Amino acid sequence: MIAASIVCYGIKLAGYSVPQRWLDQPVTQRITVLIPVALLSALVGLWTFTSGQTVEVDARVVGLATAVILLLVRAPFLVVILGAAFITAGVRALGWLP
Amino acid sequence: MSDELNEVQRRSIRRDAIGLGIGTGAYALSFGALSVSAGLSIWQTQALSLLMFTGASQFALIAILGAGGGAVVAIATAALIGSRNAFYSVTMASVLRPRGWRRLAAAQLTIDESTGMAVGHDETNAGARLAFWSTGVAIFICWNIGTLIGAVGAGLLDDPAVLGLDAAGPAAFLALIWPRLTSWPMRAVFVVSLVTAVAFTPFLPPGIPVLIAGAAGVAIGLLLALPELRRGTGGDAA
Repeated sequence: MIAASIVCYGIKLAGYSVPQRWLDQPVTQRITVLIPVALLSALVGLWTFTSGQTVEVDARVVGLATAVILLLVRAPFLVVILGAAFITAGVRALGWLP
Repeated sequence: MSDELNEVQRRSIRRDAIGLGIGTGAYALSFGALSVSAGLSIWQTQALSLLMFTGASQFALIAILGAGGGAVVAIATAALIGSRNAFYSVTMASVLRPRGWRRLAAAQLTIDESTGMAVGHDETNAGARLAFWSTGVAIFICWNIGTLIGAVGAGLLDDPAVLGLDAAGPAAFLALIWPRLTSWPMRAVFVVSLVTAVAFTPFLPPGIPVLIAGAAGVAIGLLLALPELRRGTGGDAA
């Protein structure tokens, strides 16, 4: 357990050890912006459409759709999250989707 | 790039950070409960939240240990899932340029949410910094309190799905990258990454699909930005 924690911390620290000279290259700057967007996009997909190693469509999809609508009407950040959770819980409570 | 934040902006960033903290804290309740029911002690559970502090890896670790998987498999899976943090930390290194103890602290606080908040507020460097640190600290505190409550009162909230909390994560991530999705290249990155991650999930071990999807997204993004980079106008990284 401790070993796993140390490995996970080392992983986080690794990125901070990249020389600053590299970070100033235009291509590197572009990549540093793209990385979080690409990874978070992947997580949106995984956390909405998969459970373990199976692809699954359930109430979370309705939650994400709610988030999209709230973002389109420029709702505040916390309203988007709470709205998505609330609607997802509601759809489940009504038994429309698992 | 102007580097000033007014009080209203500061307050709004802090409010969002605390909100995210409370949301993840609720999720930590279920981590604490699951970990104890998987056979770990309260102290082991708490140590994971303090030391490992990367949610997805923690869930994977206890799931494998609970299912009787070996320590080596558990460690390897946790590391694989946590490996995206290395890429986040490259991004955050370029934003924060931390030195000394701040670098060590920044490393531990580098997770999906803190990086996402920084990216969502990077119109100014000061905004990105405040977003990263306030989110990281808020989540660290709430995540650990949530873990403790969940571990002690196991069964209190063992299924976050009842409250729809499993939809809160993707909604938060989408909200964080939303300001970026105004340009077509970035929308392409979003779609390619999302679809790739889901498509590879059934065939590859956990942790790998997200890395492949990240690489695919970055590749598409670079490809679409090539003409601009060639012209040498890559200065504006947005």
